[in-house]
Amino acid sequence: MEQFLPIAFMLVMGLALLIYVLLDGYDLGVGALLPLATDDEKDLMIASIGPFWDANETWIVLGVGVLLIAFPAAHGVILTALYIPITIMLFGLILRGVAFDFRVKAGDIHKARWNRLFFLGSVIASGSQGWMLGSYITGLQSGLTNTLFSFLIALTLPALYVILGASWLMMKTEGALFDKAIKWAQAAIIPMGVGLLLVSIATPIVSQSIADKWFVLPNAIGLMPIPLSCMVVYAGLLWILRRPDLLARGYAWTVFAGLVLICLMASLGLAYSLFPYIVIDQLTIWEAAAATESLQLIFYGVAITLPAIIGYTIFIYKIFHGKASELSYE
Amino acid sequence: MELDPFVLSRIQFAANISFHILFPSITIGLCWFLLFFRIQYLRSGDKSWEYAYFSWVKIFALTFALGVVSGITMSFQFGTNWPGFMERVGNIAGPLLGYEVLTAFFMEASFLGIMLFGKDKVSDRVHMIATFLVAIGTTFSAFWILSLNSWMQTPVGYEIRDGVFFATDWWAIVFNPSFPYRMTHMLIASLLTSAFMIAGISAWRVLKSSDGPSTWLLLRVSLISAALLTPLQIVVGDLHGLNTLEHQPAKIAAMEAIWETEKGAPFTLIGLPNEETRTTDYAIKIPKAASLVLTHEIDGELPGLDQFEGEHPPVALVFWSFRVMVGMGCLMLLISWIGCYQLWRRKTLGKTYLMALAPMGFSGWIAVLAGWWVTEIGRQPWVVYGVLRAKDVVANHPPAVLVGSLTGYLALYGFLLVAYIGALNYLSSKAPRSAVLVHEYGLNSSDTDSRPATQEQK
Repeated sequence: MEQFLPIAFMLVMGLALLIYVLLDGYDLGVGALLPLATDDEKDLMIASIGPFWDANETWIVLGVGVLLIAFPAAHGVILTALYIPITIMLFGLILRGVAFDFRVKAGDIHKARWNRLFFLGSVIASGSQGWMLGSYITGLQSGLTNTLFSFLIALTLPALYVILGASWLMMKTEGALFDKAIKWAQAAIIPMGVGLLLVSIATPIVSQSIADKWFVLPNAIGLMPIPLSCMVVYAGLLWILRRPDLLARGYAWTVFAGLVLICLMASLGLAYSLFPYIVIDQLTIWEAAAATESLQLIFYGVAITLPAIIGYTIFIYKIFHGKASELSYE
Repeated sequence: MELDPFVLSRIQFAANISFHILFPSITIGLCWFLLFFRIQYLRSGDKSWEYAYFSWVKIFALTFALGVVSGITMSFQFGTNWPGFMERVGNIAGPLLGYEVLTAFFMEASFLGIMLFGKDKVSDRVHMIATFLVAIGTTFSAFWILSLNSWMQTPVGYEIRDGVFFATDWWAIVFNPSFPYRMTHMLIASLLTSAFMIAGISAWRVLKSSDGPSTWLLLRVSLISAALLTPLQIVVGDLHGLNTLEHQPAKIAAMEAIWETEKGAPFTLIGLPNEETRTTDYAIKIPKAASLVLTHEIDGELPGLDQFEGEHPPVALVFWSFRVMVGMGCLMLLISWIGCYQLWRRKTLGKTYLMALAPMGFSGWIAVLAGWWVTEIGRQPWVVYGVLRAKDVVANHPPAVLVGSLTGYLALYGFLLVAYIGALNYLSSKAPRSAVLVHEYGLNSSDTDSRPATQEQK
């Protein structure tokens, strides 16, 4: 149990954060795309994420929650070191979260202002999450290269969110907005690809210990499926985004699915790079783990509730399945 | 003056937690009211209940969103500002917070979507169940976080090895001595906060002639609830106080400004506690009353602040917060009973009364804030009462960074509070459009059958 539980919680945390990136990723992406749409389209875009965003955002609470519950020592180290980007992200999430309601409840004269804050909050939150991820990968160390690296991810992650958002809109909308969503996805896919490529190249450069883990035989061969599958999926995305006819015929979900695959591969790669550390080169997951009896108590809870959560999340996505319509969100 | 990171972090956390509690204190209670409206509609088919539901679910959604975003901020601040807390107490606090996320946060956030947008997508019954699950979720959330907070006030069921807390008895931890009292007190507080908010906003609507088909219904439901719950809350509060005397005597000594241990201690109605001279200036006292209230004996002994030198909370702040809370409770009792009396005898409410009722919409907020200040400031200097000091768990950030984040939070919270109250005002001054009433609820725009006849004549 003492060996196993920290690994189990590492997996739960990774899963929660991956789901967060995918789910809140699409609604933050929709927020970032907001200024590009007409006023009526804005309402529709927000209606398409209205029933989901709150639950989507809860996944980051679970991710940070598991960090706190299972790895209290690492929780303190990581969150203290990331004080500034976290504070900025929270400001972004606050603005974005309240703008949902205020834009329709504070009177029409203020609507445009809340739309702007919605956009601003989404962009701020996305960028600072990228910054946090970058600092985390570099082991929370400062310095010019590390800052540049964090800055690079701070640009790449929002690009990923934008294309997630665009693909969500392709599934949920029709007509002019659907066509725009394809254009937005086409525009975002190249920067996202370049960003991912640069991050992949830069990661072993900024971190010697990650380089050591990837560039040794036979591990390097075993790891090849990760970059290779990413490249294949990416090529597939480039292709399908040039086929609006297919997308319109109900294949829009393939874009989202492709992005899910890329994110899954990226997180597997990241997990491999970090393991067994939770703070790279400083703290292993066993050193940072909470007491076994505490982990055991919460493990039962996770084993029972997590499948239930996933179950009713799917139930709710089914209820609101199909193209979004104007919601009477007055 | 050198700015102390400890003081700055405390101010920031106090600001955050004070801002946060405003919103859950409405949503926890309001959701049960919404469920009641829903059930009444399903049972009676009276569209006024459905209209009551959908007009208040908007306010619920707005309030819920503010609660969520300020709550997320808190979950991060444990780590960013108080890393020592989780390093020391993580084994106990972690699972309690974890169960809150797993059993409450996801449930409320997920089913809220159905509550808000599912009216035409699911049956009335599923919609009611979704409302019920959100209500249960918010209450579960209160359960776990109050369990943790109570444990920090009255810690039991643990042992300390090398400065780190380990759980020895989970039942004792979850149901620690102050938990049942705090939980009951807070749940009633939340029901009262939402009852007065419903009553206050409905009164405001009548005064501004923007009342709709449910306004008088809401006035009756909320005033009757308030009239029943306020006396209950006073009894529970008294029991909670007795429990505090048993487990946290220093807090009681500060609440009552009892400087020296004494038998037959007087109750200080008002006064200015002065920590320099260790006396209460300009005090108006009722002889023996404090002993009578707190020990239920005329000559009962109350421990004074002299027993806790250097380990008791700031006296004036706790003393005054307590008086604000109690004063607000008395006012709530008075107003709700007068309202029920008027409804009973005259079947309507007078204009003067409505003008007094409207500002009472925020009375719950004031009482809840004052109450939490009593209990949280009253715990100082400890973070875990008697065992772990707050200053031993704080992160040592540069003061400049903390000043920056604190200023940002204060500005943001101020802005959001103004926006929230502005939105409440906007929503309640908007008379319901007749088209909406006819199409969505099958109500006539002149269908104000619940409005008392006398009101029309004014």
